[in-house]
Amino acid sequence: MPEPAAIPDASGEAPGEAAPASHLERALAAGQFAVTGELGPPKSADVEAVARKAQQLAGVVDAVNITDNQTAIVRMSSIAAGRIAMDHGCEPVMQMTCRDRNRIAIQSDVLGAHALGIRNILCLTGDHQTFGNHPQSKNVFDLDSIQLVQMIARMRDEKVFANGEPIRNSKKAPIVEPKMFVGAAANPFADPIDFRVVRLAKKVAAGAQFIQTQVIFDVERFRTYMDEVRRQGLHEKTHILAGVMPPKSARVLKFMDESVAGIRVPGSLIERLTRVAAEAREKVPGDDEAARKKAATAAGREEGVKLCVETIDQVRAIEGVRGVHIMAVEWEEIVPEIVRRAGLK
Amino acid sequence: MTEANDFEPVIVAFCCRYCAYNAADLAGSLRLAYPPNVRIVQTQCSGSVDPRMILKAFESGADGVIVAGCMPGDCHFMEGNFRAAARVAHTKTMLEEIGLGADRVEMVYMSAAMGRTFADTVTNFTEQIRELGPSPAGRGPKPGEPAQQ
Amino acid sequence: MIVAERKPFDDILRMLGDARRVMVLGCRTCVAVCLAGGDREVELLASELRLKARIDGRELTVIEKSVERQCDREFLDPLAEDLADVDAVLSLGCGCGVQLIAEVYDDLLVLPGLDTKLIGVTESEGQWSERCATCGHCVLDITGGVCPFARCSKGLLNGPCGGSQDGQCEINPDIPCAWQLIYDRLRKLGRLDQLSKIIEPRDWRTSRDGGPRTVTRPEAQIAKKSEE
Repeated sequence: MPEPAAIPDASGEAPGEAAPASHLERALAAGQFAVTGELGPPKSADVEAVARKAQQLAGVVDAVNITDNQTAIVRMSSIAAGRIAMDHGCEPVMQMTCRDRNRIAIQSDVLGAHALGIRNILCLTGDHQTFGNHPQSKNVFDLDSIQLVQMIARMRDEKVFANGEPIRNSKKAPIVEPKMFVGAAANPFADPIDFRVVRLAKKVAAGAQFIQTQVIFDVERFRTYMDEVRRQGLHEKTHILAGVMPPKSARVLKFMDESVAGIRVPGSLIERLTRVAAEAREKVPGDDEAARKKAATAAGREEGVKLCVETIDQVRAIEGVRGVHIMAVEWEEIVPEIVRRAGLK
Repeated sequence: MTEANDFEPVIVAFCCRYCAYNAADLAGSLRLAYPPNVRIVQTQCSGSVDPRMILKAFESGADGVIVAGCMPGDCHFMEGNFRAAARVAHTKTMLEEIGLGADRVEMVYMSAAMGRTFADTVTNFTEQIRELGPSPAGRGPKPGEPAQQ
Repeated sequence: MIVAERKPFDDILRMLGDARRVMVLGCRTCVAVCLAGGDREVELLASELRLKARIDGRELTVIEKSVERQCDREFLDPLAEDLADVDAVLSLGCGCGVQLIAEVYDDLLVLPGLDTKLIGVTESEGQWSERCATCGHCVLDITGGVCPFARCSKGLLNGPCGGSQDGQCEINPDIPCAWQLIYDRLRKLGRLDQLSKIIEPRDWRTSRDGGPRTVTRPEAQIAKKSEE
């Protein structure tokens, strides 16, 4: 039965008391400015596709998020792709949504992921299935993201399942609990805007050790959000990584503004990318349409990278931001360049 | 072609007593010709015309039905004609789904002074129905035959 | 109340097949209010079926009847005589009514004329929306009177998710974000602190997930007692 739980005093129980579960946790605990990337598994059983992306990110970032049927489109599972990514030099951050699995399947997957060597997990609510390519399916949502964080944190700290039973195969078997570095997502730009920091506080109280925010285009708004986060002392109770994304073109920005829930793009940015691409077009002499298009595309991409690097510089300067999460969706190959130009490694 | 010309549509016109019925009356006074195919049924308001009445008209053998009310904004009962319009739209859906055709029912508006409009409207509608042909549901049970129920 | 919608006419025709004598049975409670299966809708559908039969050159007798409720036997028992020689009953009741008729008259073909859609309220004339998910354990006391299961697309207990924008649900701008509503309501009540508490995972056994449910009021089960 739903019963409100009291907010635990998190100041004494820093997650770093136990040995860091992962490289990402270690880096953050040591005060390093962490960088995480993202890898979307393929819509097939193609192992090579995962390996290729992993190789582009290996050694470039501290850890790589492996998405979980993002936007409710069927893709190779996060656990499987995460293991493949590990085999090619990346530390995975497994993503898990509440949309497709009940607490039985979730706990089972956490045990399995840990057994395969995965040590970071990002807990998400999940996009509704009507967005995806199987809108006819039933959804689960047995838990929400906050309950999910709490459940996995308890598995690690109290070594129990959600029903309170100890994580051991039998009374005589040893307790082997999954020790995960647990994270959650935060969207500083969604409504109700006054409630977003309260929601962050709930996630922290539930045990979220790191937070990755939704893509930031409106840095001012993010600054205001962080003011409130700091006022509540949350920046010291959890590691906040600012989400950034290099847009390939003005069209991509427009699409995100219009179609992706919880993202708002300032008009000035769309104008900027449009302008730069148009100027590049004009510079090409003659009537070669193909050449003009090529120039515009290249200029647009370069501006997108510039924009991303600028955003990283700006958010890095905000007190309480402990790292960045670079979401170069279907453009993983650009991440090394961004990391280099932003002076992150 | 000759068969079609022999067909005399049976039209039922539900006319509200404040406007449309008076318009029909006026048409008569002005000796404006309109087809004898039209059977006029006076109602308090076009808004009191229930879709059941329209379907019953078709069951009784009508080929086409008109619902005539006051001009929009002038309904004696404020919004009766708006309700009628919504119901006629719904009835069109029903006529379409059973295969009678949405065009066999129409909502029209007129004031009491529009005798000419009444005459023209029912004339045009009668021709429209003549083009469409007899109701596929036929004339229904003849008097004396057991009604279905 | 239960809100339903008449099935597409073609589906009803298909279900009736070559039945020649059909009763269209209405219900005067929920489905009458939402204009799906009351006396009036029975008449309309009966007219439609008769007209369609004439168009197709088929024989069809339609008996029109309505009862107070189709979910109580006492209203169905008196129909025995009328049902004696029908080929099928087309029930315009909700799913409960269809099933009870089939239980009481178990050698009769009983067909559903409606799709039962939701338990909800009248938003405005001609519009009804979902309010209750029959979860079996009401939590409206802690959500300011807004149901997170029925009204949040993801059924969150610690919402909103990151897709809430301008008070709208991410999946459909016509759906208000339930957690925005909860937030606004609790703020009005001066109880926003409630939203800082983590609500524990739900025990779904009280809902349909736990299996088909039964409710008894032993103090009302007199007939049983006198049989014992």
